[in-house]
Amino acid sequence: MNKTTVRPDDFASRREHLASLTDERLKAYFWELAERSVDPLITLASTHTTPSIERSVLLRMGFSDAEAKVIVDKTIDRSLIGKGAGHVVYRLAVIDGVSVRAAGMKLMADEGWDRVASAFGVKR
Amino acid sequence: MNVPEKKLDVRAILRDLEHYEPRRHGWTWRVPAADPQYGPCTYSDLSEPLRRSIPPLAAKSFGGIDPQPMPVITTEIASGRFEDDIRRMRMAAWHGADHIMVIRTAGQSHFDGLIEGTPQGVGGVPITRKQVRASRKALDAIEDEVGRPINFHSYVSGVAGPEIAVMYAEEGVNGAHQDPQYNVLYRNINMVRSFVDAAESKKIMAGAEMLQIDGAHNANATAKVAWNVMPELLVQHAVNCAYSVRAGMKKENISLSTVPPAASPAPDLKLNLPYAVAIRDLFEGFRMRAQMNTKYMESSTREATVTHVLNMVVSKLTSADIQSTITPDEGRNVPWHMYNVEACDTAKQALVGMDGLLDCVAVRTDGYMKERVREIKERAVLFLEDMLATGGYFAAVEAGFFIDSGLYPERNGDGMVRKVNGGIGAGSVFARDADYFAPVPSHFGDNNVAQYGLRKDDDPASLIGGSTFTDRRKIVYVDELDPEDNVDNRMKEVAKYADGSLLRPEVQWSGDGTVVVDLTIPAAEAVAAAAALDIGRKMNLADVEVIHREILHPAEATRIQIKGTFAFDIDVASLTIPPPPDLLSDAEISAFVKDRPVKIVAATVGEDEHSVGLREIIDIKHGGIEKYGIQCEYLGTSVPVDKLVDAAIETDADAILLSTIISHDDVHYRNMKKICDYAIEKGVRDRFVIIGGGTQVTPELAVKQGLDAGFGRGTHGVHVASFLVRRLRDKRRP
Repeated sequence: MNKTTVRPDDFASRREHLASLTDERLKAYFWELAERSVDPLITLASTHTTPSIERSVLLRMGFSDAEAKVIVDKTIDRSLIGKGAGHVVYRLAVIDGVSVRAAGMKLMADEGWDRVASAFGVKR
Repeated sequence: MNVPEKKLDVRAILRDLEHYEPRRHGWTWRVPAADPQYGPCTYSDLSEPLRRSIPPLAAKSFGGIDPQPMPVITTEIASGRFEDDIRRMRMAAWHGADHIMVIRTAGQSHFDGLIEGTPQGVGGVPITRKQVRASRKALDAIEDEVGRPINFHSYVSGVAGPEIAVMYAEEGVNGAHQDPQYNVLYRNINMVRSFVDAAESKKIMAGAEMLQIDGAHNANATAKVAWNVMPELLVQHAVNCAYSVRAGMKKENISLSTVPPAASPAPDLKLNLPYAVAIRDLFEGFRMRAQMNTKYMESSTREATVTHVLNMVVSKLTSADIQSTITPDEGRNVPWHMYNVEACDTAKQALVGMDGLLDCVAVRTDGYMKERVREIKERAVLFLEDMLATGGYFAAVEAGFFIDSGLYPERNGDGMVRKVNGGIGAGSVFARDADYFAPVPSHFGDNNVAQYGLRKDDDPASLIGGSTFTDRRKIVYVDELDPEDNVDNRMKEVAKYADGSLLRPEVQWSGDGTVVVDLTIPAAEAVAAAAALDIGRKMNLADVEVIHREILHPAEATRIQIKGTFAFDIDVASLTIPPPPDLLSDAEISAFVKDRPVKIVAATVGEDEHSVGLREIIDIKHGGIEKYGIQCEYLGTSVPVDKLVDAAIETDADAILLSTIISHDDVHYRNMKKICDYAIEKGVRDRFVIIGGGTQVTPELAVKQGLDAGFGRGTHGVHVASFLVRRLRDKRRP
């Protein structure tokens, strides 16, 4: 048991500032607090990505999940995840003038990573 | 009812799955009934009827109607073998389910990626593309036969949520659980990872118009003092709802999984109803998926059913867009076929029974209700204030705010503590660079499409000639990865049962042989349980286990249910199957009687006062044999058998009808033998057709006593009249 988080029911005193609110106002306040709670979480999600998100991008681009896993892991290894794994594949497809799937196969076979990295201006 | 003769052809469903395309995307609600009249009854809030279904047994008194309530009804299926699950889906659909929720195999949330093929699961199935396609394809056929769209549903949680969401969107899955708090609290998946993944999953689900159900009800199932978590439940719902809207979901596609937190013997409604009102007030505009309580389930299916019916009283007094069901056997095993069906029937029967409830009663908005509803809301507001003051959601989880057994703001210090940098997948979240880009639709968050000349609202996949969402040919379909653990091998093992010529009882899998035996043993619990195991073994059952014990009296008797395996095959070819009754038409019977008047005498015999059954066979107002013009002499109840024969002689009757309900000690059969013996003694046996009936009468045994025919439960006048006319016709012939 965590003693610091033990507290008797102080509802009667803690609620004093809510007592005068109408039901409607209380409801609006509930949602204001809920929005404030998720604000930083939404910002976090907007500006970050994960291996699963990147694999899901590759799925939508026409790769199997097993293929996506290889490409995403290599993207992380080469510190290009901040660009997006789908972006890496797309960029190589453009550079090499091949289909997205063909570009993915090359990357799985460890080909083309240098070309993509330099296109992004990333030094190895 | 038009009964299809064929079993579902699972092999046909599995064929050509690589080319299967879902017929629709998104969720479907029931349609309000255009006609409120079903048979003799007028209803207030029903949905459209089904083309084919199994009505409750009591429907026989109401013209066989099977009214369908308005809420979508959920059934949860979890046997671990989808090839058997799809047969159960069909059973459930015929009993009113239109939301099939497939539980995932244990451990799938921690699987980093998609599982492929059809491996067997534990407590659920591994959700794979092949399994989803096969299930959805089967449901297409099932919804056509019942005549109502069926929603298919599973989970978007764990460390591969976004990938699963994409697969569901591609495969036409209609709904899913998605709630990052579920990952954090119950699956110990890193909270940062869970929330970042969740935004993407939700955006994908929103694009496919899937219905989302949250995971808050689990707090009730987990907390030590479950009914105290009400303020926290409201907070969990709010976090997920607000987050989902911000991720792009429409409110009407967001459903709260709300559970009445208490159960009898607590004052169920007094505790649960104010909470149900509070949640519906605060979350106006969202959907309500009324979940049933699982917290207090023990091994009694009856006790669970009572709790669930009370849960539906709450649904009916407030609202439910989806009425979820919990199988009443979930307290003792992974649900079995018949309990999925029972749970659907319980929901349908209870909801239809409470049709129009709010035309009759109203939920009070003053006094206790007003005070209590307000208090629950205020406690939830205080929770949110405290959470923000502590540093926000992550900090609150670290401080053990959640699943604390205190009634917030009371805290007992037993909450679930998770660390922001701990759990599975910690450290796997990466910042997006300014030129981060993903060339796909339904992608949440920063996506620098401008660098490629696209506007914010353009489909980024236009750069790559479309995504799998617009061009299904791009989907990579993986059939099987495991040469051993797959549906083909499992089906080979039970192939002998496939065509129905060999039978074994089953509860979840073809050929499992599981049976339940219900025993009342006149001994105290421990002795009774040991005796029950021995009885099961002597019945030739293998793997006998006690699954339920109920003390009828500490010394007098214990009710024990055992399960065991019946490890024998029944060859259908070797069975004697009585032919269905060959009935004459009403016109044929009437014509015969008009041509040759028929007279009968009837009574209940022995010390038997039960006359309802016999009256139904005779009386014209119940559709009895009088309606054909048969002259009936009803002599009353408890008539001695000799008096009945004498009356037949006196009135020159053609037939004697005797009714026997009481069957203790086989008195009903003894009376049948007695009447035949007496008729023989008087030398009149050949003059009369003698017919016996009653709920406990087995036709063959009645004939064995010397009667011309016996009729058991479910007999109507037409059965008796058909037999009588045929027998009299035969008699007339030389």
